[in-house]
Amino acid sequence: MGAKNEFHRCLKGDSTMNTRIATAVMLSSALALAACQKKAPEELPPMPEEMPVATPTPTPAGPAVGSMEHFLAAVGQANTVVYFDTDRYNIDAEDSAKLQRQAQYFSQYSNVTFTIEGHADERGTREYNLALGERRANSAKNYLVSLGIPASRIRTVSYGKERPVALGSNESAWAQNRRAATVTIN
Amino acid sequence: MKKLIITAIAFAAAPLAAQNQDLGEPMAEGQDVETIEEEEGLSGSVSFEGNLDDLGIAIPAFATDRNVATPANANGTEALGLELARVITSDLRNNGLFKPTGPDSLPRPSAADIQSPVWSTWGVRGAEMLVHGYVRARSDDRLTVGCYLYDMELKSRLVAEGWVVSPADWRRAAHKCADLIYSRLTGESPFFDSRIAYIAETGPKDNRVKRLAIMDSDGANHRFITTGRSTALTPRYSPDYKKLTYLSYVDGNPRIYVYDIGTGKQTLVTQSENPTFAPRWSPDGRWILYSMAVGGNTDIYRVSAQGGRSERLTDTPGIDIGGSYSPDGSKIVFESDRSGAQQCYVMDADGGNQRRISFGGSRCATPEWSPRGDQIAFTNASSFNVSVMSPSGGNVRTLTRGWQDEAPTWAPNGRIIQFFRTERNSGKTSLWQVDLTGENERSLPTPVDASDPAWGPILP
Repeated sequence: MGAKNEFHRCLKGDSTMNTRIATAVMLSSALALAACQKKAPEELPPMPEEMPVATPTPTPAGPAVGSMEHFLAAVGQANTVVYFDTDRYNIDAEDSAKLQRQAQYFSQYSNVTFTIEGHADERGTREYNLALGERRANSAKNYLVSLGIPASRIRTVSYGKERPVALGSNESAWAQNRRAATVTIN
Repeated sequence: MKKLIITAIAFAAAPLAAQNQDLGEPMAEGQDVETIEEEEGLSGSVSFEGNLDDLGIAIPAFATDRNVATPANANGTEALGLELARVITSDLRNNGLFKPTGPDSLPRPSAADIQSPVWSTWGVRGAEMLVHGYVRARSDDRLTVGCYLYDMELKSRLVAEGWVVSPADWRRAAHKCADLIYSRLTGESPFFDSRIAYIAETGPKDNRVKRLAIMDSDGANHRFITTGRSTALTPRYSPDYKKLTYLSYVDGNPRIYVYDIGTGKQTLVTQSENPTFAPRWSPDGRWILYSMAVGGNTDIYRVSAQGGRSERLTDTPGIDIGGSYSPDGSKIVFESDRSGAQQCYVMDADGGNQRRISFGGSRCATPEWSPRGDQIAFTNASSFNVSVMSPSGGNVRTLTRGWQDEAPTWAPNGRIIQFFRTERNSGKTSLWQVDLTGENERSLPTPVDASDPAWGPILP
């Protein structure tokens, strides 16, 4: 656990200085992450990949910028939710790819504010799951902040085990419920 | 005895701040119960020497000197006398205590018989113990209820007590009589005259409506506090029963509030933008423990129940959450995953001397200190069973075997544990009780599904 916390401290440290345009942010973030890597190599997510240049194609008839519909259409449903292992809250390679896609959207539409909802599966006690959901939402938030999205635009809320999306009581359902979902606020 | 003054002022409209938008109409809670001395009689020792489970107790209808109208029963004090005996019988029977026989299959004693039973009437019925009682309407509308316990073998009175209650509190007199019988025969502290706060649940698994609700220890006098517009979780009664603290999403975020039952007003426990969870009262009601997540990291804090500055009690990178005071208020048992998984720890009330007590190899969650101080109940969060251990973490015993049992709460006398059980797949929840042997388990009926029970102390 120590290494993970080290990782989050690093991300948090980065976040305060990164508020500029996307490329500069990516560069400094990568450097900061590299600095962290010396302290906690085994827990780091992969280096953020080169971001494809965003191609803004706003159609006048389409959904409003910043609406959930617009966000979904731009990043794809699958990229709006990251998943976690039991009791874990670290951002793995798959999560970081999704969060990079989200960061790209939020960099492009810099007035859009949004919420990250943290959730847990039903196989946990209620209060611990609330705290765990909060920790997961903050993991995703910290990663987006490390990619240059200002923390002031990101709200987090934990629902613990109160809002499952998969309703069964089995490993597959629980895996779908251990998540941090990004939703935009109109 | 303290006077609880409830006036029309309590019903004056509170400002409709956002945080009050999920609350139902405020309602005055009950009044104090005055204990009166019953006439001295012979107070012998109990003659019965067998297993208390086999102890037969006859509980005929309570007598009344005169059948008069009372707000407590549409058919007057005579009908009320029957109801009193029924409540006492249910209390004992539902908790697997003794072998009670209720008033519906017994003759009814007259008012004159109460202090000198007609032994010949009861001797043939085989019960070892006999309960007699009376109810009288006073000129001020209140009721006097007397409760007598007799040993049939010795033909002597074991104990007697009486109470003056408001008509709305008539069931409390019955619970007090059940407590008197239970305490006299077992030597244990009473527990029936108490209340439970919990969360009432309705709706499908992915859209549960969760409302704060309260009820007597036997499920009677049920009342919803919140409307269900916002999710409510994890309530706790203040030790004086005047307030409830609980978690609500009423402003969109998980935050803990204190709800004043008499006034219907609600306040935040701490003014913070951070999410707060897991509120708890100290046994003397002077402190509120709560857990707060800052930047995703949850720690335990305490604040005076009067408000003021919070003090952080834990300071680790892990999730530190919950907490339950020892009965003397000097120590707190809480939950932390600082070791990598949920385990139980004990610390001084000021946060000092934190040390892990659970080493059983399973996850230890939601620890609750027994009101007797001798045991800590917890959720085994690996197998999801309710268990108990000594305050030093030894003598771990698993008491329940549901698919998912969690959140133990103690009866006021530390002899029964209530918890909630979740069904696999459906997610339906219900309240259950188990004794410390783990052998006597029963469900507690509620109007709808139920979770997060919190059993308060004996009513003041």
